[in-house]
Amino acid sequence: MSDIEALPRSYVTEDGTLNSWLLTTDHKRIALLYFASITAFFFLGGAAAALMRLHLISPAGAIVSHETYNRLFTMHGVVMVWFFLVPAVPVTLGNFFVPLVLGARDLAFPKLNLLSWYLFMAGGLVVLWSLFWGGLDTGWTFYTPLASRYTSGYVVLAVVGIFLSGFSSIATGVNFIVTIHRLRAPGLTWYRLPVFIWSLYSTSIIYVLGTPVLAITLMLLAFERLFGVGVFDSTLGGDPLLFQHMFWFYSHPAVYIMILPGFGVISEIIPAFSRKTLFGYKFVVWSSVAIAVISFFVWGHHMFVAGQSLYSAIVFSLLSYLVAVPSAIKVFNWLGTLHKGWIRFDAPMLYALGFIGLFTIGGLTGLFVAALAADVHLTQTYFVVAHFHYIMVGGMVTAFFAGLHYWWPKITGRMYPEMWGRMGAAVIFFGFNLTFFPQFLLGYLGMTRRYASYAPEFQVLNVLSSAGSVILAAGYLMPLGYLTWSLFRGERAPDNPWNATGLEWKTRSPPPKENFVSIPTVTGAPYNYPHPAAQHG
Amino acid sequence: MNALTLPAASANAPEVDLLLFALLGGTVLVLALVFGLMLRYVAHYRYTNTKDRGRPEEKTWRFEIAWTAATLLLFFGLFLWGADLYVRQFQPPPNALRISVVGKQWMWKAEHPGGQREINALHVPVGRAVELLMTSEDVIHDFAIPAFRIKHDVLPGRYESLWFTATEPGAYHLFCTQFCGTDHSAMGGEVVVLTQPDYERWLADNAASVGVVAQGRALFTRYGCSGCHQAEGRGQAAAVDRTKNYSSVRAPPLDGVYGHPVPLNDGRVVVADDKYVRDSILMPAQDIVASYDNRMPSFSGVVSEADLFRLIAYIKSLSGSEGS
Repeated sequence: MSDIEALPRSYVTEDGTLNSWLLTTDHKRIALLYFASITAFFFLGGAAAALMRLHLISPAGAIVSHETYNRLFTMHGVVMVWFFLVPAVPVTLGNFFVPLVLGARDLAFPKLNLLSWYLFMAGGLVVLWSLFWGGLDTGWTFYTPLASRYTSGYVVLAVVGIFLSGFSSIATGVNFIVTIHRLRAPGLTWYRLPVFIWSLYSTSIIYVLGTPVLAITLMLLAFERLFGVGVFDSTLGGDPLLFQHMFWFYSHPAVYIMILPGFGVISEIIPAFSRKTLFGYKFVVWSSVAIAVISFFVWGHHMFVAGQSLYSAIVFSLLSYLVAVPSAIKVFNWLGTLHKGWIRFDAPMLYALGFIGLFTIGGLTGLFVAALAADVHLTQTYFVVAHFHYIMVGGMVTAFFAGLHYWWPKITGRMYPEMWGRMGAAVIFFGFNLTFFPQFLLGYLGMTRRYASYAPEFQVLNVLSSAGSVILAAGYLMPLGYLTWSLFRGERAPDNPWNATGLEWKTRSPPPKENFVSIPTVTGAPYNYPHPAAQHG
Repeated sequence: MNALTLPAASANAPEVDLLLFALLGGTVLVLALVFGLMLRYVAHYRYTNTKDRGRPEEKTWRFEIAWTAATLLLFFGLFLWGADLYVRQFQPPPNALRISVVGKQWMWKAEHPGGQREINALHVPVGRAVELLMTSEDVIHDFAIPAFRIKHDVLPGRYESLWFTATEPGAYHLFCTQFCGTDHSAMGGEVVVLTQPDYERWLADNAASVGVVAQGRALFTRYGCSGCHQAEGRGQAAAVDRTKNYSSVRAPPLDGVYGHPVPLNDGRVVVADDKYVRDSILMPAQDIVASYDNRMPSFSGVVSEADLFRLIAYIKSLSGSEGS
């Protein structure tokens, strides 16, 4: 502990009592509370996935019963979607850095921020209760009438937990929107905002507009299950497809809740390690906003074989292609940023380059499932599983690690071990591809998702995928190990280890409780990296 | 079956494969471009290479417009291709062989026009369009045949249809691909494509004592439908004079109704299809035929899904359709 005390006065050392952490309204401390929580959820969801991959090494299923397998993938989905991916970047890196990047002393509503963490934890604990006590075997999608009438799992309890955590998302969204509007430093006009802020702004719009629809949908489901109110059950005069429409109205935009903050993180790191301004800043900015808007009009692409009308399917297919355009624009602009840069390969950059590769594969395979006739064959198979894992794990989780390494010195005041960081990035990239690439092939060959047992001809590819998951698991344990180690033994971090632009680097590492001794003034565009010739002198 | 190939055993399959290979080709090209540029740039412009870079591009909008336009154009082409094939995939030809399919946790039940029934298997002739009329007794299932590149969800309370023309005799996987509860992964079976002579032999070997239409006629009497509904099997010709001939009968006659427009007493006109007949049996108060009162009780929970299919087949036969 003597090393911790060697740090200068900061938000960490201000007050050490337990209450000072649990009742803090400091956005930086709340971010750390969230870090601890989502890390626990990530490894819980990951453990469920590891057991599933182990089970699938044999066609008949190697270790668990059908029922347990169904509970495992339900736990994996529920925990990873609502308690890791949806909150991950906004509540940790966003919570910590939105005020710092804006040159503010805190978020607009510090107490609401603390409340959001308590709502998140309350929701999380209720969901864990339902998963471990009663068991839940509906999949994270809760399709009716399976979830409303036929399953014996603890659906209502789980739904209440997700409902609670939804309010945490809404609180965070409102807080970010108001903060970005009201608390920008003098001179920090909208077009001087780093893309990270624009991304979180777009994400917050979806939080605020989408989450209430999920809350309504899940409450209707609970009412139908508890009181027999006929909304989704055809025998009660309801419509099971209505549930899917309402569920995906939130859950497709939720995909962009997950990935937009990742875009923001990558748009900070690529310029910082290319020593160049971001190529096409305004296009990158407005593509985020475009994604947030269009994402609300593509939900029907989850239902091409579900029984919606031919015409809806055609319109949703066209809109799905449209929402892919802004993502493509971002990839091209990141490549444009690399062009003629002065590129360094520190761990955050390696994660960011890995992100571009994996996200591009995820995006391109999205074109397969947006094409109507191709989707008919591929939907509900492992092709879809691979596609969205490339976006969410290969993309989003990799971006999260990129941002975590990039800002780690600022958050903790210590450097992570560079060699370990680079190795971690490489092991995760390799393990990820070995796990999920075979699943594209499995999907084309017809292997259905959510199967606890499968036809013998699929075994070879399943074993490959399971082998990859072991490497991937090791990859994810590496940062857990070396980052924890660095908290105690890491080298002291300078205030600006990457010579990056952005107001967060203009204060101490770790920052003092009030963030800045005096509020800085902004005079120019973001990513104003000095001309390369000047850098080399 | 081979571990790395999937048979293409329907008329639809090669078309879907062509689309998939086009998508794959495009993907490989774009990936080569993205990875190629990324690797080239990180190698060429690494920090330790102090070579002069020249001036970086300052006007970026030309690039933005170029790649946005190229992306839009490519995507629109893919959209059209996928949508065109999809529309054809879900428009069954009128003369297709109709087989009814009922899904339940965790099995598939099929019934052929001749009354042949099978569970977790489907025998079909090669080279003939087959239309499946599908419903579920409980949760949502999905009837998927990867070798034919088709699938569709099967919902309770609704009829969904799926059609294909098998091109290669053989046995292929049948999967339920919509998660349906505990034994989801065990809900499947085989689709067996037979040559015409083999199919005839299979039909004869599994012959039921009566066909579906005859079973439907028996049910029509057993459930008391015939007490009110006139049904003489005289086809569409009978429908012409039905209002004056049967004015004393309380229920609309069913001769010649199937497949034709029916005026309702709220002014709407609907075509009497499978869904209409089904709804009229289960929810008679919903669509009342013009100039009639609703006196009919609901048969919801009384008539099973399989019997509904038989009644529909019978009522269809009253319109002079082949009934198969």
